Amino acid sequence: MLGVGAYRTRNRPALSEVLPLPIGEMSWALTDHRGQSVRPTDWARRPVMVFFGFTWCPDVCPTTLSDISLWLEELGADADRMIVALISVDPERDTPAVLADYVSSFDPRIIGLTGPADEVAKAAADFRVTYRRVDKDGGDYTMDHTAGVFLFHPDGRFASIIDFHEDRRFAVPKIRRTLS
Amino acid sequence: MKHFLLAASLIVSAPAAMACETVTIGDLTVEHAWSKATIGAGRPGVFYVGITNAGSADDALIGIATPAAGMPMLHETVVQDGIASMPHAMSIPVPAGQSVQLSPGGYHGMLMGLTTALKEGDSFPVTLIFEKAGEVTMNVDVLSLRAEGPDCADAGQ
Ligand SMILES: [Cu+2]
Repeated sequence: MLGVGAYRTRNRPALSEVLPLPIGEMSWALTDHRGQSVRPTDWARRPVMVFFGFTWCPDVCPTTLSDISLWLEELGADADRMIVALISVDPERDTPAVLADYVSSFDPRIIGLTGPADEVAKAAADFRVTYRRVDKDGGDYTMDHTAGVFLFHPDGRFASIIDFHEDRRFAVPKIRRTLS
Repeated sequence: MKHFLLAASLIVSAPAAMACETVTIGDLTVEHAWSKATIGAGRPGVFYVGITNAGSADDALIGIATPAAGMPMLHETVVQDGIASMPHAMSIPVPAGQSVQLSPGGYHGMLMGLTTALKEGDSFPVTLIFEKAGEVTMNVDVLSLRAEGPDCADAGQ
């Protein structure tokens, strides 16, 4: 028992390194699906829900955005002040126009963000998100990427993650905790 | 070009009716085949279906074929350490007496090289190739990109 406790204490600094930065300490600059520039400071005093993905992916990404749309509908107007964003890990193919087409299938509160590769990399680092390109036969490629949904309080503090395979019933209460 | 036209004509537009087709081959029942609308033809489509093996011998889905896509493959979405990837699945086991779902976040058919964009309300044929039972062809309903599954009266999911 004592051994386990000591182990945890020793690992605490390492653990905090994997938590996303508060929104206010992030430094990326991206473009939304309407072509508007977006910076972390634009999200001040707003609850935030962020998911990383890419439009080429027909399984994980639309499934997550469908789930998010259902949660937003369940929350109704309570979630109107929330920033809900898909950040593309595939900016090469995901232009603002492609993202506009894509997010139009989901809840209108969801925005798409893309930008130069180095700004996407900066955002991923700030959120502690991993992504990598996987080349397929015939010159195509797909992206492996962190699949969780990140939640932040209105003051920018990281709140929690909704994991991809987590029981979906826990999602709405988790989001609600960031709305007040 | 001729090939393209032929393939495109196999995609049928049927907005109102949902097929929710059920087919059987040997001891296997295959039902609720569906797909999602795509943005253009440059992005892959997806294929989901439910398979029940009422027999006493294990089988496996080893491939799919469709005129709707040049390179259909079987994939499995895997989330490890929070990171999602979708490796190629050589075969999807369909054990005796069990049901297997190709469903969002798990096994799926990946339709690469679409001959035309998939639109909500369309349907197209897919041939499933089983290791033992052989091949069976069924119609796949294209739902919206947002859909989480087909709304069949007997949908068991
Ligand atoms: Cu796939």
